[in-house]
Amino acid sequence: MGFGNKADTSPEKGTDPRRSSEMALLDICRHQDWKAILTPFGAQNFSVSCGSEVTCDEFKVPVGVDPSKFMNRFSEKDGKLKLQFNHGTTTLAFKFQHGVIVAVDSRCTAGKYIDTQYFKKVIEINPYLLGTMSGSAADCVYWERVLAQHCRIYKLRNKEQITVSAASKLLSNMLAGYRGMGLSIGSMICGWDKKGPGLYYVDENGTRLSGNMFSTGSGHSYAYGVMDSGHRYDLTVPEAYDLAQRAIYHATHRDAYSGGTVNMYHVKQDGWIKVSQEDVGKLYQKYLKERQ
Amino acid sequence: MAARYDRAITVFSPDGHLFQVEYAQEAVKKGSTAVGIRGKDIVVLGVEKKSVAKLQEERTVRKICALDEHVCMAFAGLTADARIVINRARVECQSHRLTVEDPVTVEYITRYIATLKQRYTQSNGRRPFGISALIVGFDYDGTPRLYQTDPSGTYHAWKSNAIGRSAKTVREFLEKNYTEEAIATDNDAIKLAIKALLEVVQSGGKNIELAVIRRSQPLKILESKEIETLVAEIEKEKEEEAEKKKQKKAT
Repeated sequence: MGFGNKADTSPEKGTDPRRSSEMALLDICRHQDWKAILTPFGAQNFSVSCGSEVTCDEFKVPVGVDPSKFMNRFSEKDGKLKLQFNHGTTTLAFKFQHGVIVAVDSRCTAGKYIDTQYFKKVIEINPYLLGTMSGSAADCVYWERVLAQHCRIYKLRNKEQITVSAASKLLSNMLAGYRGMGLSIGSMICGWDKKGPGLYYVDENGTRLSGNMFSTGSGHSYAYGVMDSGHRYDLTVPEAYDLAQRAIYHATHRDAYSGGTVNMYHVKQDGWIKVSQEDVGKLYQKYLKERQ
Repeated sequence: MAARYDRAITVFSPDGHLFQVEYAQEAVKKGSTAVGIRGKDIVVLGVEKKSVAKLQEERTVRKICALDEHVCMAFAGLTADARIVINRARVECQSHRLTVEDPVTVEYITRYIATLKQRYTQSNGRRPFGISALIVGFDYDGTPRLYQTDPSGTYHAWKSNAIGRSAKTVREFLEKNYTEEAIATDNDAIKLAIKALLEVVQSGGKNIELAVIRRSQPLKILESKEIETLVAEIEKEKEEEAEKKKQKKAT
């Protein structure tokens, strides 16, 4: 490892005194991986930087644990161990002429055991922005709170509310940095900003889609069935509330991992309102009466 | 006293000065004049063109540069420093578009450039950027903006301002002549910029370079013919004014 072996293409070569002393030290130490030894606990920095003011957190991972390799063992097709990350929940959101309706269930499960029937799966980022959660509760709660922090900082720095597209982009960039490391998040960012009503679906792969209607979670297919059959752009507000409630109810009826209550929000031009929180059992009775 | 405190940028003098920053501001005062005017639907940047050597191609050094489709800047001071700042600002504009899916506001990119300049007043072994910049453009909601930054990293919004060699003279002219009616139309705003520069530029229209941004339109650099036409108009107006005054005196 002499001087001649280094292919140094940096433009600062020879001008920055710190770099030349580092390289001299490298030569003396003859270590390939000196960085791992010199940084505390050999920590590796995973950082996602998306511009000067919109940089994201650095997350130190202890040496010896490479999350991507760890997860690969469990996602091999023919492996003996297979970890399935199901997004055990049902959430939905759709746009219509009067804004965006967001409806979620509230059951939190750990395998076959129901943790709680009354979990808040919608995070109120600011009076104009909502984020839904499906997947791993811990991941969702943590990352959406980090998103809320970034949104607040954006508002302080730029003196205007963050747009829905920017907020969803921030979240998807953060998650893309941890791709393959086993995060499980299926989130919809909903709001009304200077560009009008906004609805984005963001997940742990870094997918980010804009659309008029989304449903996530293990019960999403049931919810899509009901939503697709009843959705029109020109729904009235009561019709939209009814459609969203019905869709979540039917998903909770058939999906084991969804249930509890239906929490519904309506995002309007001047902010969101919480429309209702109905227990699924009561809804069952209500719809039963309708059929009779 | 000053000699002991201007070596390293990180040192304050006993009376609270950062001498390197002040010397950078002196470097700016040596640069050719630039003037910026904020109109109602237009923003104008004008610079004094330095005379080029006989064999030099004229168009290689431009003092007015677009940072994005809706923002541009002119600078006074060290051209090489300006190149670095402009490159970083251009990258930041695109980075902002990528992450936030919105074009930068003029204030955002000004703040970025000012933060960049400030960083260089507070680190080891680096000297400050020797440029002041005039940054103009339109925000997403259509508001015209004009900001000025200086080597210390401060920035302010202005209705119109000048930087560089004879900035003081030009600014005094603008303070007298910048009125709501003076910038009533786009053409008036452009003429005001030319008039301001003519105060200090030596040989008239040939040594002026002008750029405008109109709302929702990209940067446009005026051709020398257009500038000559406008200069001729201004001369004519001046003569008419002088005639009127003579007549008034006579009667």
